[in-house]
Amino acid sequence: MSELIWLIPLLPLIGFIVNGLGRNAFSKSMIGVLGSAVVLISFVCSCMLFFDVYQSRQAGQPGVIEQHIFDWISVGHLKIGLSFLVDPLSAIMLLIVTGIGFLIHVYSIGYMHHDKGFGKFFAYLNLFIFFMLLLVLGSNYLVMFIGWEGVGLCSYLLIGFWYKNSSYANAAKKAFVMNRIGDLGFLLAVFLILGTFGSLEFSTVFAAAKNFAIGDIAVVSITLLLFIAATGKSAQIPLFTWLPDAMAGPTPVSALIHAATMVTAGIYMIARSNVLFVLSPFTLQLIAVIAICTALLAAAIALTQNDIKKVLAYSTVSQLGYMFLGLGVGAFTGAFFHVLTHAFFKALLFLGAGSVIHGMSEEQDMRKMGGLKKAMPVTYMTMLIGTIAIAGIPPFSGFFSKDEILANAFVASPILWGLGFIGALMTAFYMFRMLFMTFSGSFRGTAEQKHHLHESPKSMTVPLIVLAVLSVLGGGINLPEALGGNHWLADFLSPVFAEGKALTPVTNHLEHSTEYLLMAVSTIGVLIMAALAFNTYVKRQQIPEGDEAPRAFLSRLSYHKFYVDELYESLIVRPINWMSAFFGNIVDQRGIDGLVNGAGKATYDTGKVLRLLQNGNVGFYLLMMVIGVIAIFVYGLLSL
Amino acid sequence: MDNLFLLILLPLISALILTFLKTNAAKSIALILSLISLALTIPFLCAFDTNGGMQFEQNWTWISFLHIHFHIGADGISLPLILLTNGLMPLIIGTTFGKNYKGNFYALMAFMQAGLLLVFLALDAFTFYVGWEIALIPIYFICALWGEGDRIRVNLKFFVYTFLGSLLMLIGILYLYQQVPNHDFEWTSFIALELEDHTQRWLFWAFFIAFAIKIPIFPFHTWQPNTYTNAPAAGTMLLAGIMLKMGVYGLMRWLLPVVPTGVALYGQFAMILCVIGIVYASIIAIKQDDMKRLIAYSSIAHVGLISAGVFSWNTNGLSGATIQMLNHGISVVGLFYVLDIVQQRTQTRSLSELGGIAGKAPRLAIFFMIICMGAVGLPLTNGFIGEFLLLKGVFQYGFWFAVFAGLTLILGAVYILRLYQQTMLGETTEKTAQFDDVKGGELIILAIVSCLILYIGIFPNFLLNLSAGSVEVLSTFLGR
Repeated sequence: MSELIWLIPLLPLIGFIVNGLGRNAFSKSMIGVLGSAVVLISFVCSCMLFFDVYQSRQAGQPGVIEQHIFDWISVGHLKIGLSFLVDPLSAIMLLIVTGIGFLIHVYSIGYMHHDKGFGKFFAYLNLFIFFMLLLVLGSNYLVMFIGWEGVGLCSYLLIGFWYKNSSYANAAKKAFVMNRIGDLGFLLAVFLILGTFGSLEFSTVFAAAKNFAIGDIAVVSITLLLFIAATGKSAQIPLFTWLPDAMAGPTPVSALIHAATMVTAGIYMIARSNVLFVLSPFTLQLIAVIAICTALLAAAIALTQNDIKKVLAYSTVSQLGYMFLGLGVGAFTGAFFHVLTHAFFKALLFLGAGSVIHGMSEEQDMRKMGGLKKAMPVTYMTMLIGTIAIAGIPPFSGFFSKDEILANAFVASPILWGLGFIGALMTAFYMFRMLFMTFSGSFRGTAEQKHHLHESPKSMTVPLIVLAVLSVLGGGINLPEALGGNHWLADFLSPVFAEGKALTPVTNHLEHSTEYLLMAVSTIGVLIMAALAFNTYVKRQQIPEGDEAPRAFLSRLSYHKFYVDELYESLIVRPINWMSAFFGNIVDQRGIDGLVNGAGKATYDTGKVLRLLQNGNVGFYLLMMVIGVIAIFVYGLLSL
Repeated sequence: MDNLFLLILLPLISALILTFLKTNAAKSIALILSLISLALTIPFLCAFDTNGGMQFEQNWTWISFLHIHFHIGADGISLPLILLTNGLMPLIIGTTFGKNYKGNFYALMAFMQAGLLLVFLALDAFTFYVGWEIALIPIYFICALWGEGDRIRVNLKFFVYTFLGSLLMLIGILYLYQQVPNHDFEWTSFIALELEDHTQRWLFWAFFIAFAIKIPIFPFHTWQPNTYTNAPAAGTMLLAGIMLKMGVYGLMRWLLPVVPTGVALYGQFAMILCVIGIVYASIIAIKQDDMKRLIAYSSIAHVGLISAGVFSWNTNGLSGATIQMLNHGISVVGLFYVLDIVQQRTQTRSLSELGGIAGKAPRLAIFFMIICMGAVGLPLTNGFIGEFLLLKGVFQYGFWFAVFAGLTLILGAVYILRLYQQTMLGETTEKTAQFDDVKGGELIILAIVSCLILYIGIFPNFLLNLSAGSVEVLSTFLGR
C-alpha cells in the first residue's frame, strides 16, 4: 500500500472533476454513489495504510512512510517537492477524514436530495476531502499550506452554497478573509522556517530544531506565526467569529468541515510541529491562555443561543479551545485524542441537528421545536449519546479525552484546571439545554411543520448510528492508566512526539488518587448541570424569550455574543472602508492626481502667458534683444 | 530557426496586411497571424540554454557615425516576456471576436506587438528606446479611438505622462552614451561603466521615474485607473497584460545592472514606494463600484508586489517577478474578459447594479472563480507561485516589508471576493435578469485562461527554469 499513497487524495480529486463536469448530466443517485464511493475507496486505502503503520509500530519501528511525487517549485537553492508523509499521526488523521467524510457523504445523499445543486454539492465535498488529505499528508509545510488554503476555499464555496442569500454569501466571504489573516501568518512562518532551517521538510526541520536552545528567538517567532495561522483555521480568539457564521452552509458541511476535520487542522499542525513549540515555552503559555479564554467565552455564548446550529457552533469553538489548552500544557496526545473523539460526537451532533432541521422543514430555532422525541426516535437516541459524550459523562468517549486534557492542565496549573472545569460545567448545561428544548416537552412549531414532521431516511440515520457507536466506544483507544488502561493512542503516537518530549523538562506526575478526585469532581459537576437543565427545560418547561425581550446584563452579553462582531465592525471594518473612500476620493483624486494635473495645467498656463510675448511688435523684440545683450555683458564682466 | 528578427518582422508585416482589410475576415486573419508568431516563438524556447547568457544575438549597424546598432538577443529574463507577448496576443484577439473591429484595430495591435518585442529583445539602448516609443503610439490610438467616456482627455494625460518619463530616460541614455569610451549604446558597454556614486544617484531617478510611471508604481499611478477604465477591453488587456511589463523589464535590464550603486542607495526608498502602493491600492480597490476600476487598482497592487520583488534583488524575488509578470498577464486578460462579457450583456460596470449571474451563467461563474482564485494567489494556481516567490524575496529583504506586502493576501481576498459576490452571487437584478451563459469562442478563451492558471500553478518549473540562469547572473550585480 505504501507505494499507492497518492491514490488516497487522487480519488476524491477524480470524484470532484467527474461530478463537477457531469453535475447536470448524471442522475442524482449516480452522483451520490460516485461521490461517496471515491471517499470510501480512499478510506479503505487509508485503513490499509494504517495497518502498515500499525505493523511497523508493533515491530518497534517509528512507522514513517515518505513518498515523493514530483518537484513542485525549484528556484536556485529552494527546492520544494510535492511529497507525502505518513506516520502514526497522519495515519489516524487520514482515517478520521476519509471515514467521517464517507459517512457524511452518505448522509448528504439523503439530506441534499431535494436540492437543485446536488451535483455541485458533491463535487465541492470531494474537492474538500482532496485538499484536507493534502493538508494531512504533506511532508513539508508548503504542501500542508496547499491543503490549508484549499480547504479554506472549499469552506468558502460550501458556506456560500446557497449563494442567492446575500447574508450567506457574506458569511462565506467573512470566513475566507478571516482565514486569510491566519494564512499570512502561516506564509511568514514558512519564510522564517526556510530562513532558519533551510528546508520546509518536516523531517529536516525537526531534526535541525533539536539543536536550538529553548526560547530561541527565531523559533519563538516561527511558533507565534504558526499559532496565528491556527487561530484562523481553528477559530480561536481573536479570529473565531467566522465559525458561527459559517453555519449558513448546509448542515453536512458544518459537520464535516466546521466540526470534525478542517477546524482541527490548526491542532494537527501544532501537534505535528511539537518540537518547535516545545522549544518555545512562551508560545505554549500564550496558547494555553488564549485557549482557555476561547473555551470559556464560546461556552458562555452557547448558554443562551436559540438556533440549534449556533449552539453547536459555539460549542465547537469551545471544544477547540480545550484542544488548544491540551497543546498549551504540552499534552499533545491528549489534544489529539480530543480531536478524535470530538470528530465523532460533534459530527454526530451536527448530523443529528441536520436531521432535526430536515424533519422540521428547515426550522432551526429551538423555541419552535420541542417534543421531537416521539417523531424522531433514532435522531433522539443518537443525539442523546452525543450529548452525554460531549458533556463528559463516563464511560463515553468525551469523558476520557477531556479528562486527559484537564488532568494535564492541573499539573501545569490548578487555575487552568479550575477554569477548564467551569467550561465543562457550562458545556454540560448548554448541551442538555439544547437536547431538552429540542426533544422534550410539547411541540411548539406550526401545524404545517407538525404535519410534515418525520424521521429522516436510512441514508441519514445509519451514519448517525455509526457515529453514535464510535462516540460511545471511542474513548477506549486511550484509556488512562488510572482506570486500568494502557494509553494505546499515546503509545502509538509516541514517535511523533518523542523529540518534543525529550526536550521538555520532566514534570511531576499526577498521583492516581488526585486523578480519581478530579474525575469524580468533574463528573458530579456535570451531572448536576444536566439535572439543572432538566429542571429548567423539562420540568418547568421554560422557553427563552424573543429577541427583543429585556435581559439581565450577563445574559444580554451572552445572547449578543459579547458584541465581538460589533467590536470588529467598528474597530476594523469601518475604518478600512473609511480609509478606502478617503484614499480613493481625497488622496488619490485630489491629492496625487491633483498635483499631476496641476503640473500639467501650470505648463499650459505658462505657455499661455509666454505666448503673449510673441505679439509681432518689432519694437518689443528689439527691446528684449538689447536687454539680453546687456545681460550677457554684465554676466561676462562679473565672471572675469 | 534562430532568427530573432523574424519575430519582430512578422508583426510588422501583419500590421501592413491588416491595415488594408476592411472586412470581417480581418479578425480571423489577425488571429492566424498572431498564432504564427506564437508558433515561431516555440523553437526559441526549445533551443534556449538556461545557462543565463545572451542567446540568439543579432547585431547590425544602424547609423554608423553615431555607433548605433540594431542589436537584439534573448536571455532568461526576456524570453518569458516574449512568450507572454506572443502568447497573449492571440488570446486578446480572440476576446474581440464579439466586437465590430476592422483591420486597422488589429494592425495597431500587431504594430504594438512589434514594439513590445523590440523592447524585450533590445540590447542596444537606442533600439530599446525606439521600441519603447513605438509601443506607445498604437496603444494611444487604440484607447483614444475605440475607448469610451472621456477618452481623449484621459489618453492625452496618459500619453504626456509616460512620454515625460521617456524623456527622463532618454537624457539618462544620452548621458551614458557620452560616458562610454567609444560612444555607443550597447547594453554591455553600459553595464561595464564604472560610474561615480553621484552620477548613479541621478541616473537612478531618471530611469526609475520613467519605469515607475509605466508600471505604474505609487505615486506615479494616477493615469492608470482612468486609462484602464476608459480603454476598450482589448486595450486594457494590452496595457495591463503586456505593456506595463515593459517598465518592470526596464528595471531588470536597464536599472539594476547599469546603476547598481544607485539602487543600493535608493532601492530601499523604491521598495517603500512599492509596498505603500500595494496596501494603498488594495484599500482603494475595496470600495470601488466600477468593476473595471476595481481591477485597475488591484493591478496597481499586484505590479507593486512584482516591483518590490525586483528591488529585493535576490534570486527568489527576481524569479518571482519574472514568472509573476506572465501570471499577471494571464490573470488580467481573464479578469478583463469576464468583466467585458458582463458589461456587454448588462450594459453596466456598476457593481451595485449587478448580481446573481451565477444562477444564469454557471459556466461563466466557474471560470470566473478559477480566475479570481488565481488573482488572490491560492495554492495550485499560478498566482500563488509568483506571490510565494515574491514575498519570499521581499522577506529576505526585510521582515516588515514582507508583513506589509503580505497584506495583499488579505486585502486581495476582500476586494476580489467582493467583486465575485456582487457580480455572481445574490439575487439577480434588473440588468442581470436576462443573461446568457458563455459559449463558443468565449468558452474557449476562458477555458484556455483557466487551464493556464492551473497548469502553471501545478507545474511552474518549466517557466522557473527558463529564467533561473539569468536571474542568478542578475543577482550577482548587487553591490558591484
